[in-house]
Amino acid sequence: MVSSSIRRLSRSWGAPLAVLLMIVSACGGGSSNGGTNTASAPGITATQITIGSHQPLTGPAAPGYSEISKASNAYFQWVNSHGGVWGRSINYLYEDDGYNPQNTSTVVRKLVLEDKVFAIFNGLGTPTHTAVVDYLNGQKVPDLFVASGCDCWNQPSKWPQTFGWQPDYIIEGKITGKYVNDNFQGMKVGYLYQDDDFGQGGVQGLDSQISASNVVDKEKYVPTNTNLGPQLAKLQAMGAQVVVLYTIPAFTAISLLTATALHFSPKWVVSSVGAEPITLAGLLAAFAKNQAASGLVNGIVTSGYLPAATDTSSPWITLFKQIHDQYISSLPFDGNVEYGMAVAYSFVQLMKKAGRNPSRQDVIHTLQSGQVDQGPGLVPFQFSSSNHLGYSGVQMAVIQNGQASFTGPIYTASVSGGVQACGSCASKPMPTNGIP
Amino acid sequence: MTVLERIQSRGTLLTHGLLGVLFIVAVGVVIWLLDSVNGFIVYQLSSVTYIAIAAAGLTVLTGQNGQLSLGHGALMAIGAYTTALVLKTFTDLNPAIVMVASILVTAVASIVVGAAAARLRGPYLAGATLGLAVGLPGVAIRFSSVFHGDQGLTVPALSSPDALSDVPAEVWLAWVGLIPAAVTFVLLANLLKTRYGRDFRAIREDEVASALHGIRVSRTQVIAFVLSGACAGLAGSLMAYTSNLAAPGSFPLTLSLQLLAAIVIGGLGTLPGAVWGSLVIVFAPDWIGTLNDAMKLPSNVRDELPLALFGVVFIVAMLAFPYGIQGGLRRLIAWRAGRRRAAAAQA
Repeated sequence: MVSSSIRRLSRSWGAPLAVLLMIVSACGGGSSNGGTNTASAPGITATQITIGSHQPLTGPAAPGYSEISKASNAYFQWVNSHGGVWGRSINYLYEDDGYNPQNTSTVVRKLVLEDKVFAIFNGLGTPTHTAVVDYLNGQKVPDLFVASGCDCWNQPSKWPQTFGWQPDYIIEGKITGKYVNDNFQGMKVGYLYQDDDFGQGGVQGLDSQISASNVVDKEKYVPTNTNLGPQLAKLQAMGAQVVVLYTIPAFTAISLLTATALHFSPKWVVSSVGAEPITLAGLLAAFAKNQAASGLVNGIVTSGYLPAATDTSSPWITLFKQIHDQYISSLPFDGNVEYGMAVAYSFVQLMKKAGRNPSRQDVIHTLQSGQVDQGPGLVPFQFSSSNHLGYSGVQMAVIQNGQASFTGPIYTASVSGGVQACGSCASKPMPTNGIP
Repeated sequence: MTVLERIQSRGTLLTHGLLGVLFIVAVGVVIWLLDSVNGFIVYQLSSVTYIAIAAAGLTVLTGQNGQLSLGHGALMAIGAYTTALVLKTFTDLNPAIVMVASILVTAVASIVVGAAAARLRGPYLAGATLGLAVGLPGVAIRFSSVFHGDQGLTVPALSSPDALSDVPAEVWLAWVGLIPAAVTFVLLANLLKTRYGRDFRAIREDEVASALHGIRVSRTQVIAFVLSGACAGLAGSLMAYTSNLAAPGSFPLTLSLQLLAAIVIGGLGTLPGAVWGSLVIVFAPDWIGTLNDAMKLPSNVRDELPLALFGVVFIVAMLAFPYGIQGGLRRLIAWRAGRRRAAAAQA
């Protein structure tokens, strides 16, 4: 891969090159946006920005999620082939942690101490990233756009370097709860959720909107036990007419198949985490060993904060598909690939706005000042000095013919506040070539 | 080896203790110098310290006493969670006290496991301890109000005292790890020279004959298991400090298997072998990863290949050194000594 050859090159030549350039730049001087490129921070040379990430390329979280970092890298290669950011190419080193927090600790130390990255970008997973968030903040390494919807990343005074990106699970839960209230009035509601920050955050959001008297049952599961029979039988026995799932994709598929076997057919409402239609249809067909099972995705109510990956009318999707076809055509073009490119776009925009020769602190200030716009996202970011969470809302969608189609207004919410419709929310117009 | 054997033949706590102190100082200086070259290697060395402690305990149990445990990763989890829970209540408690608490809790748990293990033999013992490795992390998920489920409990990073505030975090961590590691090895080396060590080996060779010679077999087996479990608890505590986290995902079955692989590739039953094996376990994946990156393979192959290469390295190493690295070194030294003797005889 290109990134690995750059990496070896930078290992052998990076340090002497950086010294040389520092001498050159010291002679040249220059203001923040004009003048020449300098080695303005660890991981930034005159010609290159090196960033790193921990990603589940193998192990239990790899199916689907292993596409994200490859998609981000494809977008960076696209940017590099169009001149990079401020003339610097982006060198993205993503290490496999197998979704094991112990490995995360090791690979992040490697990235910081050995590869000397400028920032950790889009580190994936709540338990994995929890292992390194203290370390990164202690070392003052920017910890940008964590790939997890835990609202725990929003602790600006304790973790000033850490920022989320996707809507947190509580916000999504609130908006989903409002949809259930508005559209399934008087129906009995049941929950099935994963017993961790993801499911618990979702339930917290749902409970703030759906009146307790309508909720007939709340069931939970742990991902190490793949039998959901007892939970779904209980929901069925309690007469749930609407079932809200806070499940990861494999457990959404298990829920739908188990319910079918029980002749239980409630209205399904599924978190965006567990309802990416292409992934889900594939899992359903694989688990049931029957292609027809993929049809179970139809009718699911879900939500999203990026244009649907199948929405060819969006210029963003057209461009992402083009980059996908050029660099990573062996992967499916699905929501994970779109996610990886969209988050990479946010990073490139951040580096563009941070000026020609930014320090690590400049990048944090730029992000807190709200200069990074939503790009392809449907809703604005929340970033400020007191809020380190990303996208502020979602739009509900219904899956039909294997594709998610958005329905109703776009809503924004916050962890502590209520839910508001946002009439003016939409993806930003795409800049030329999709490069900020 | 002859020098080491001559020192070991004195067999006193003092000699071993002096060796341990020398070792701490020497390696401590090396770590200090290495940090300016590559801080990541220093971090990896602190991982070696806790893997080596656990491997030393396991090599005594499996290599010296003949009890196979596939559950030492789970015992490390007990140590790690004890550390996390103690530090949750007493934030600034001295690491030495926290480590002792982890050792005690894990030792108590090991009495239960060890008592069951003493009744089991061969594949049945392997199966029971395998169950422990697979099942125990699930406890953290089941009782998530105490253990915080999948997300785990965070452990505050070790910070160097104010007087040494210039010492980088990874160096301090490695220094702190070095002390319990050296203490463990000194005590185990002593123990293996005592009656207990001889009892361990006698039972490994023949349980009936040992019993006839007046050794209380089950009791000795439980002692070996508790001792080994205490090492795993200490290792788990250090591991929690190293990764700043105690979470179920950190203790997969592969951790227990890696410990076993470490003692086998290092040289089963030997303490130096536990060190060699730990070095291999910690450093080999990183080197393989670098090699793998250099091969420029398609990403679907590249992601999976390191695990396969790791396996190949083990198979080749075991074919080349059936008695592990320590066995290989011994043979090499014996061969050279033999040649020297032959040369002397000819002259």
